[in-house]
Amino acid sequence: MPKDIDAKESGIGAASKRREDIRFLSGTGNYTDDINVNGQAYVHFLRSDVAHGRITSLDTAAAAGMPGVLRVFTGADFEAVGGLPCGWQVTDRFGEVMQEPAHPVLAQGKVRHVGDPIAAVVAATAEQARDAAEAIELDIEDLPAVVDMKAALAEDAPKVHDDLTSNLCYDWGFVEENKEAVAKAFDEAAHVTTLELVNNRLVANPMEPRVAVGDFNRATGESTLYTTSQNPHVIRLLMGAFVLGIPEHKLRVVAPDVGGGFGSKIFHYAEEAFCTFAAKALNRAVKWTSSRSEAFMSDAHGRDHVTKIELALDADNNFTALRTDTHANMGAYLSTFAPSVPTWLHGTLMAGNYKTPLIYVNVKAVFTNTVPVDAYRGAGRPEATYQLERVIDKAARELNVDPIALRRQNFITEFPYATPVAVEYDTGDYVATMDKLEEIADIKGFDGRRTESEKAGKLRGLGVNCYIEACGIAPSNLVGQLGARAGLYESATVRVNATGGIVVMTGSHSHGQGHETSFPQVISEMIGIPEDMVEIEHGDTANTPMGMGTYGSRSLAVGGSAMVKATEKIINKAKKIAAHLMEASDADVELKDGQFSIAGTDKSVAWGDVTLAAYVPHNYPLEEIEPGLEETAFYDPANFTYPAGAYACEVEVDPDTGKVTIERFAAADDFGNVVNPMIVDGQVHGGLGQGIGQALLEGCVYDEDGQLLSASFMDYAMPRADDVPFYQVDHSCQTPCTHNPLGVKGCGEAGAIGSPPAVVNAVVDALRSAGKDVTHIDMPLTPARVWAAMQS
Amino acid sequence: MYEFEFARPASVAEAVKALSEEDAQALGGGQTLIPTLKQRLAMPSTLVSLSGIDEMKGIHSEGGQLVIGGAMTHADVAEGAEAYPALAALAGQIGDPAVRNRGTLGGSIANNDPAACYPAAVLGSGATIVTSAREIAADDYFQGMFTTALEEGEIVTAVKFPQPEVANYQKFLQPASRFALVGVFVARFADGVRVAVTGASEEGVFRWGAAEAALATDFSADAISGLTVEADGMIGDIHGTKAYRAHLVGVMTKRAVAAAS
Repeated sequence: MPKDIDAKESGIGAASKRREDIRFLSGTGNYTDDINVNGQAYVHFLRSDVAHGRITSLDTAAAAGMPGVLRVFTGADFEAVGGLPCGWQVTDRFGEVMQEPAHPVLAQGKVRHVGDPIAAVVAATAEQARDAAEAIELDIEDLPAVVDMKAALAEDAPKVHDDLTSNLCYDWGFVEENKEAVAKAFDEAAHVTTLELVNNRLVANPMEPRVAVGDFNRATGESTLYTTSQNPHVIRLLMGAFVLGIPEHKLRVVAPDVGGGFGSKIFHYAEEAFCTFAAKALNRAVKWTSSRSEAFMSDAHGRDHVTKIELALDADNNFTALRTDTHANMGAYLSTFAPSVPTWLHGTLMAGNYKTPLIYVNVKAVFTNTVPVDAYRGAGRPEATYQLERVIDKAARELNVDPIALRRQNFITEFPYATPVAVEYDTGDYVATMDKLEEIADIKGFDGRRTESEKAGKLRGLGVNCYIEACGIAPSNLVGQLGARAGLYESATVRVNATGGIVVMTGSHSHGQGHETSFPQVISEMIGIPEDMVEIEHGDTANTPMGMGTYGSRSLAVGGSAMVKATEKIINKAKKIAAHLMEASDADVELKDGQFSIAGTDKSVAWGDVTLAAYVPHNYPLEEIEPGLEETAFYDPANFTYPAGAYACEVEVDPDTGKVTIERFAAADDFGNVVNPMIVDGQVHGGLGQGIGQALLEGCVYDEDGQLLSASFMDYAMPRADDVPFYQVDHSCQTPCTHNPLGVKGCGEAGAIGSPPAVVNAVVDALRSAGKDVTHIDMPLTPARVWAAMQS
Repeated sequence: MYEFEFARPASVAEAVKALSEEDAQALGGGQTLIPTLKQRLAMPSTLVSLSGIDEMKGIHSEGGQLVIGGAMTHADVAEGAEAYPALAALAGQIGDPAVRNRGTLGGSIANNDPAACYPAAVLGSGATIVTSAREIAADDYFQGMFTTALEEGEIVTAVKFPQPEVANYQKFLQPASRFALVGVFVARFADGVRVAVTGASEEGVFRWGAAEAALATDFSADAISGLTVEADGMIGDIHGTKAYRAHLVGVMTKRAVAAAS
């Protein structure tokens, strides 16, 4: 553990125990599936078992007559209803907006991926709904499926959407104006390294599958949706305004305890709209609980990029230009934020930690007959980091230079730094994180450990890489220009009660991140009251201000900042009250350790005296300020934040079987200021586990007909405890963010972004130590793939 | 699941009678059958649980053989088959604790999943399968993927394991399911060596004759260094090609021999 873990007992920097874990670990959480509305019915979705086809007949009469069935819905019931909206419109390199197909709640005419919902049976019990779904008479005329992205762009490829001109969603160039200059730099380069690679498709697989409960109150005309979401306000706006036509004041969305999201619960899904719609149509609550099998074929998948990357270097090994050509799979429809992932969350990060002066990124987003692909932990940034850090490693080998030295030579060292890909890094110290990494990873001791492994008949490899990420996506006016159809601020209401306790209603959403612990630490620090006097409420649109939720490692940087702004307003007002009570000028009032005092006097009043006065204003400056102590703030950041770090992975490879074992893993991160170092450690550990999962185990595989081969945990390998090592993590290198009040940067995705290239670099290093001419293996590095690479 | 009746007989005779009903299905530990039912891929009229039959339980020695009841769980065998350490170790590596506390020996070999561990031990030991009707030699019992010599309604009541001089099982895990991508059971007896391979073949568990012959004269890993199995006929899927599985058969056999020596 880093040294700072026990530095403080409370407030900012303290390793306060996660208070929410008491209910999570004792089975007393309140998850969406725990919510049961009196009289609720259950829906079962009939889903397509073919990847692409035309519905030639759909007869629900027999199903409608089955026991317990209330109604069978089909696409026809949703013709007057909007489709699922896409929240980001990308403009291509020719100035044209992307092709944006309709995304019906239930299939209309065609099915476009295995799992596409066709009909929905609502019945008194879940088993009755499922029984009746089997009685639906459905005929589908099979159409040829497109699965491979490059094949999907062929002239004669079958079209996923008949009304689009092709399967190309957009052809994006960034920075388009740099294209010629980049080409010239490549022409003049002393050395060019080229690498083709695949960023493997992943299934998020949060522990809690998705659930939706729609309810309707006939007396008030209000609809309520309980759902497994990372951003209930976003769902309320998207579903209310664009799908069902329900104004916000008649629609409440509640996302209670949520058991992990990793991005997959950002998006608005058909099942949410269906349950809300059906509850109103039937005047009865309707519940859907995803099975794990349904999750594999209906939750948005992640990654799935195929890339060619080229790095140009001069004769002194300085990076002079970078060029990439990426195909990004959108799946069959545009999920909520899908278009932004391979573009603005990917191209803008291609500079990494390096002062490469010229960069050109080309991304072709492609429709295929597969589940829609959208943000997954890191979202675009892992794809950028992986290709960049792999090509640098390959360049180091080709040039026969130390890969760490090559990176150090090209580090950005002066901040702020404007990259050639449109973003400006405010702070960072990449030398310091690399120094820290070399220390905690004991890089010097590697050769000795390699010798020991070789004595045991194993190959040992070391992989090192850096990463940078952009968190807290912002500001709203900029992202609006880039195509976002949403603002990206955050909100908080701080409600102080009469006896001094505080409730913070935040627009952020916690689905495992520990906000209920870390957010009170900030308020405790600001006011000087115990953390347990502060509660956090989130997840219910009825009692939280409009906020954008949690993804992109934004909660503390954006949501926490909103909370700080609101708390500052509280403190300012409380000082006025305190000044009145002490018969002093409010400019002289100081607040420390929960006591208001006047400098140079012995006058003081306690926090609780002031809060009581606010609500029992007998002795109160009513002519100057209102009673009460409750403030709301909205915070729209000036820039992204830029956490960065350096990671090192050591692997052993069994030369007989190709099996890779991770022996050591070290992560030196710069997250700016840290509020709770224990929670940060946990976030890094979780991210590393997911990154290692991507690198070694996880691969979502379709066959050429669009059938999902990895459709269950029997074939989709999730990382288990014994697949990952004990980690050395450190976040003592801290260059605080300059533009948010807490100086924080975000830590939720770093591990998943930084670890895959470290693992792959290490395995390639191990194989080369045995004289194998291996330059790359595509993830996941299964034993079979590593063994095959060793045979060639 | 679809609706079914549930029977829990107390004797093999009652179980056989219950299974004579149309579409009745025996239920061992349910580690394959219950997920199948949940996915609505089977629709039995009656599930006949074999967990309440005392005569299918217990582990004892009889005529130099270790006799294990068909209803014994993997955890029971891992703990109770100390007389046959290689077998106990194999049972202790199946699945996870939840699987080992429910899954049974009889259920596993009646199902004969091509990636299951037990078929390798049963065939590699030259065991005898005792059923409600007869005794069947292991060499006659396993007849291909999910296929055995069992007749309709016939129950595996016990397995008699000859006890080898030395034996060992080596399993290379399929990364997702942690079933055997390739598993090899090697057993040396006074009169010869048996090598049984699971996970690898499209025909299910099989004996590797060439390795057995080589090991009979020289029971060492080196003795099989030049031997390979044909990739043709091996399983090829997203977890490993045919060639990879054929290669692993050699690696795992050598490791089993080395560990058994």
